[in-house]
Amino acid sequence: MSNYLQLYAVDKVFHTKTGDIQALSNIHLNIENGEFLSVVGPSGCGKSTIMRIIAGLDKPSNGSVEVNESELKGIADGAAIVFQKDVLLAWRSVLDNVTLPLELKGITWFDRSNHQTNRAKALELLESVGLKGFENKYPHELSGGMRQRVSICRALIQDPKLLLMDEPFGALDALTREQMMYDLLKLSNKYKFTTVFITHSIEEAVFLSDRVIVMSERPGTILKELPIQLTRPRDNHTRSNDIFSENVNEIRDIFQSQGILAEN
Amino acid sequence: MESKMEIDRIRRIQGEKKSLIVIPKSVWAALTLVGLVILWEILSKLLEIPAYILPSPIEIVSRLVKEISMLWGHAIATLTEVILGFGLSLLIGIPMAITIVYSRYLANSIYPIIIGIQCLPMVSIAPILVIWFGYGLITKVILACLISFFPVVINAVNGFRSLDKEMHDLGRSLGISEAKIFIYFRLPNALPHLFAGFKVGVTLAVVGAIVGEFVASERGLGYLQLTANARLDTELVFVTIVVLAIVGIVLFLIVHLLERLLMPWYHANKAGGDH
Ligand SMILES: Nc1ncnc2c1ncn2[C@@H]1O[C@H](COP(=O)(O)OP(=O)(O)OP(=O)(O)O)[C@@H](O)[C@H]1O
Ligand SMILES: [Mg+2]
Repeated sequence: MSNYLQLYAVDKVFHTKTGDIQALSNIHLNIENGEFLSVVGPSGCGKSTIMRIIAGLDKPSNGSVEVNESELKGIADGAAIVFQKDVLLAWRSVLDNVTLPLELKGITWFDRSNHQTNRAKALELLESVGLKGFENKYPHELSGGMRQRVSICRALIQDPKLLLMDEPFGALDALTREQMMYDLLKLSNKYKFTTVFITHSIEEAVFLSDRVIVMSERPGTILKELPIQLTRPRDNHTRSNDIFSENVNEIRDIFQSQGILAEN
Repeated sequence: MESKMEIDRIRRIQGEKKSLIVIPKSVWAALTLVGLVILWEILSKLLEIPAYILPSPIEIVSRLVKEISMLWGHAIATLTEVILGFGLSLLIGIPMAITIVYSRYLANSIYPIIIGIQCLPMVSIAPILVIWFGYGLITKVILACLISFFPVVINAVNGFRSLDKEMHDLGRSLGISEAKIFIYFRLPNALPHLFAGFKVGVTLAVVGAIVGEFVASERGLGYLQLTANARLDTELVFVTIVVLAIVGIVLFLIVHLLERLLMPWYHANKAGGDH
């Protein structure tokens, strides 16, 4: 695999009225092309900050970000974000929410033929996440899980090289969450994008990823990079695999030794 | 599987909604209003209240019908002032709100002043406006504008500022300009606030126009009412009040209708306030 993105000695300090907050300290990270990478860590450790830096929404205070061996300036090209909240536009139908990125990026405003292909593409994506028949609904008519799936479609319609997901399933119930994981694996297998997946859940990270980054409490540093040796495709049996529980336990032990997890 | 369950559930809920016989909310308001008017009619007959103190509804309506063309002329005069005044406050207020949202300097300098001035009772400026602009249309338009300006600006600023940080980041991550973010995100997101301001503003613009007519006019419903009052023609006073109420309600309804047209998604979205 070839290298896609590289964080080199990244620090991030937020200057606030009540003083400086160091969110990240000395982060080194390589992301390979096509890789599924998860980041786990305690709340407030800087996971979202890493994602924002990768996306180019925030600048690192020190260090550098390189995409395909050239320094990232401004917004990262080819990266699509699924935010923690679904941030759907309440005034647009499901379909128009999904086509929004193409409408905004392109010159498709006057171009009807393009408009049609955009729609077709959006409908195909919506169908692949089980939202067929909902394209003309408005976001408030959907459940939380459906809304988050729409926001995933909105990210995927951009044909991203890099999909950034910030705890996308955080607000969902356990059942929906599991369904979404399968959906995501299916999509990532189909479209072959590189994924950076941020989560609180160790099981989720191990289940989905090729590699898990374990982070310390603030200021966030990388405690461990753990390659996950589970075979793909991942399915119902993956969780009963020994490697799965070994990996989960290993990460849990790291948090325990750091005092982030305590049994009593 | 799970998504299929959800689809079924939503279909079911929608089915239930449609099967109900829906009585428009306005029917209840209309019935109540009619009841109150009938009560008024009966009481004024029973208690034999003289017309110069409180005319009965039938007297008011028959006078209204009789004088309709005269009333129409005055109503048009007042409406012109209201629409020009309110239009002017939109024309100045919305761009001002946009610059306040984007300029830290204006937000810190002009905006606090605007909020401060808002506390003045605008009506007290009316006599000065008469000195400056005389008895013509301009005085009333400016008063209507001044009085409706502040709710428009303040609500617009709040609305434009209410864009979620993550939504803004979504726009940025798509690599579009701040101007496009404004059109596609900030403006539609602000619509509920904008319309809240418009509703208050248009109602206040009527107040401004009437006050203007009280102090300086030969035309308009305010002028008509003032002269009727001076002649102790209480019936005509009430007739103008009724016409004013109609004007106010119609303007409010126009704004309300526009709101519904532009934001069909909004009302269904809210749990309270609209049932
Ligand atoms: N814009 C900001 N201004 C000031 N401080 C910030 C800002 N953004 C983040 N921080 C601080 O940086 C630290 C890391 O924040 P971040 O949002 O990256 O955490 P996180 O790991 O995503 O947490 P969570 O899992 O709860 O979402 C936090 O302590 C937070 O207070
Ligand atoms: Mg976060």
